[in-house]
Amino acid sequence: MDPSSLLQYLITGLTLGSTYGLTALGFTIIFNTTGVINFAQGEFVMLGGMMSVYFMHSLGFGEPAAVVLAVLGATLAGALVERLAIRPVRDCPAINLIIITIGVSILIRGLAMLLWGKDTHVLEPFSGNQPIMFLGAAIMPQAIWVLVISLFLLGALKLFFSGTIHGKAMLACSYDSKAASLVGIGVQRMVLLSFMISALVGAVGGVILAPITMTSYDVGIMLGLKGFAACILGGLGNPFGAAAGGVILGVLESLGAGFVSSAYKDALAFVILLILLFVKPSGLFGLKDSKRV
Amino acid sequence: MIWLAFFFGLLMLAPMLLPNNYYLTILILGCLHAMNAVGLCLLVGHAGQISLGHAGFYGLGAYTSSYLSTTVGLSVGLSMLSGVALTVVVSILVGLPSLKLKGHYLAMATLGFGIILSILFTETVDITGGPSGFVGIPRLSLFGWELRKDVTLYRAVAVTLCLIVWLAFNLLHSRVGRALRALHTSERAAEAMGVDIARYKLLVFVLSAAFSGIAGVLYAHYLTFIAPSSFGFMFSVELIVMVVLGGMTSVPGAIVGAFFITVLPEFLRAFENIEVLLFGAILVLCMMFLPDGMAGGWNRLWGWGKARFSGAVHG
Amino acid sequence: MDSVILGCSGVAVRFGGVQALADIHFEAERGQITAIIGPNGAGKTTLLNVISGMVTPSHGALTFEGRDITTLPAHKRAWGGMVRTFQNLEIFSNMTVLENVTMGCHGRLSLPAWHSLLRTPKSRRLENEVRREALDALEFVGMADLAQATAKDLAFGKQRLLELARALAARPKLLLLDEPAAGLNIAETQILADLILRIRDTYNLSVILVEHDMELVMRISDSILVLCFGQNISRGTPAQVQKDPKVIAAYLGGDED
Repeated sequence: MDPSSLLQYLITGLTLGSTYGLTALGFTIIFNTTGVINFAQGEFVMLGGMMSVYFMHSLGFGEPAAVVLAVLGATLAGALVERLAIRPVRDCPAINLIIITIGVSILIRGLAMLLWGKDTHVLEPFSGNQPIMFLGAAIMPQAIWVLVISLFLLGALKLFFSGTIHGKAMLACSYDSKAASLVGIGVQRMVLLSFMISALVGAVGGVILAPITMTSYDVGIMLGLKGFAACILGGLGNPFGAAAGGVILGVLESLGAGFVSSAYKDALAFVILLILLFVKPSGLFGLKDSKRV
Repeated sequence: MIWLAFFFGLLMLAPMLLPNNYYLTILILGCLHAMNAVGLCLLVGHAGQISLGHAGFYGLGAYTSSYLSTTVGLSVGLSMLSGVALTVVVSILVGLPSLKLKGHYLAMATLGFGIILSILFTETVDITGGPSGFVGIPRLSLFGWELRKDVTLYRAVAVTLCLIVWLAFNLLHSRVGRALRALHTSERAAEAMGVDIARYKLLVFVLSAAFSGIAGVLYAHYLTFIAPSSFGFMFSVELIVMVVLGGMTSVPGAIVGAFFITVLPEFLRAFENIEVLLFGAILVLCMMFLPDGMAGGWNRLWGWGKARFSGAVHG
Repeated sequence: MDSVILGCSGVAVRFGGVQALADIHFEAERGQITAIIGPNGAGKTTLLNVISGMVTPSHGALTFEGRDITTLPAHKRAWGGMVRTFQNLEIFSNMTVLENVTMGCHGRLSLPAWHSLLRTPKSRRLENEVRREALDALEFVGMADLAQATAKDLAFGKQRLLELARALAARPKLLLLDEPAAGLNIAETQILADLILRIRDTYNLSVILVEHDMELVMRISDSILVLCFGQNISRGTPAQVQKDPKVIAAYLGGDED
């Protein structure tokens, strides 16, 4: 095992992990505001990549415009999902909500399949294909874009939640929605906002990763599940944990693919997920639930 | 029970009403799907759990029986029994830790389990033949008598379905069924009355896995060819759609839902690629507007009809 | 036969930062009606939850008929003869009255699940037995005529009686009643008091009840345990407890020194 291979795997892992982390962040934002796990989160990631491809290849937009439009489009999708599928049934039993979000996820996937077919597509990397050599490892410029944009987005979110009034309002909703509405916070609007932000974050993750891993109509489910696994790894409800969990998962997956077997790399994430759920559902950084009888 | 006898009669007569053998395939598949759906209905509607990985049990039964009857060389009957037995054992091992989880955690755990199995089916090429599938599975045979004709095999499958429905019915109308309904309404009170909640949840989980395993072994020895794509996440979702469409608590509903979803692709041949979209739409719309599914709709129609009829008589 | 049916020693319960119960010691005598009283928030229902197994104590031990049950799961306590009712009615609202009461027999009259699966003759005989016992319990509380009614359609007072009948069907050795008189008017409370006494005498069981209604408590209890802020501040017969200055202070507020 030479250090440059290890570095290579680490970088691949960090790149992948950033998208898992952003997906996980999307789950966390919606969960924190509403208590709902949005199974369709992975589809927002898919929409980011697929819509970019569509705007660029089919409609002829330049890449920057295509990417921005794609993210906006996915954000709109998030708003639509909340308005049409979630808001009417907010007080449903948990199992109904789970099935509805699964249904939404499949619906979005079905639409994508209908509109854009089953092919895999490649999105052009943001700044070319020339690998940069660093300590013996070849780094794609896109990987640097992924890391930079992810960190930027994380910083922006942190600022949003702790610095702006809207962000703090959303946090208030997650602690106690009744109290929040009593002090004048429009809880419904916060829920809508949370879906839109989650979709945005997920779509960005999809866009930046698409040049590296290719995209197609069905990448959503794997990404969504791995994002959820990252969430649980980091402790559900903890945004820092979600990001960290994503990175850890990405690195583990990359190392596993490199050193053990690449065929089973997808299974690794789910094995980790199962072990976590069975042994320590509160994850690495999660708080233990203290329940009132 | 009467309607079960009626249903059995209907199933037995059905082949005579069909123009050709192609429809027999649909009937057989419909029955197999119904076996899966009945088990899932018990789990989701009555035990209040969710499983997004039940296709895994279907595939486990199918692949185990296929492997044992070809590579290992066991008789078909023994292979089928072993297939079901392995499915039961795995379901116990998975169910014990999983059923302690609630809500979306349980959903994710079952989903993860289903996908792990799906990956295993695809990647263990030496055992399963990989993505191109497992060929050369011996045809279903009972006590050495091979069921060569499709009609005979269909009858065997139909009988099995009725048996499974009979078991499900017995369970629901027994003290176990009562305990399930109790714990659905109030887990605390059920516990206080001595209901071992964990044990009952496991019981229904294992039973539903067994039904899927039985369907799986029959599927393998009917088609004589199986591929991993039949046992993936999409099929698990299809099963959920069948149960939701039928009405989560209704066993007859699950059967109708199963046949409906089996037949649906035939009508959609003209519209390629619309299946996935349609399933998603059915799930969302059903859960939002018709949470009791077709069974609920039927009950309401029945009640409305009765009221109108008695109104006409008295009015 | 040991005269103590339930023993609590050093039981303490913490919920996060709140000490709900601290160092509770008491014993309930067989065949007696022991009441647990105290002002709001005293920890009465928590104590009942500990006894019935719905809450695990952070410290202390519990014995039932001399056997340690501190970590025994709730449903197994029911099998052992400890049955409870709930303060916020937990009837099975979508079932009929009769079905609700038959659930009471669930722990006591049971068969392995495969009997139910195959509908064996044994399972059918068991069903008949369960039905008979349930009807007996309903007759005892005077609700046999309502057997086929849906539980959620009953009047509140009847629903309370239903919970009681369901508990009786289990033939418990120890009956735990959580505020059985809550929401009942004076007349209904009187009927309840007589009923509890009749139950104790006919079924030969012990009762622990948590209650706010002082008349009921003073009338039917043999022994009273007084809780305040999670601590046991007094024990004794109704007469003793009524005169205890600590109890009076807890309810009416003591002098500010």
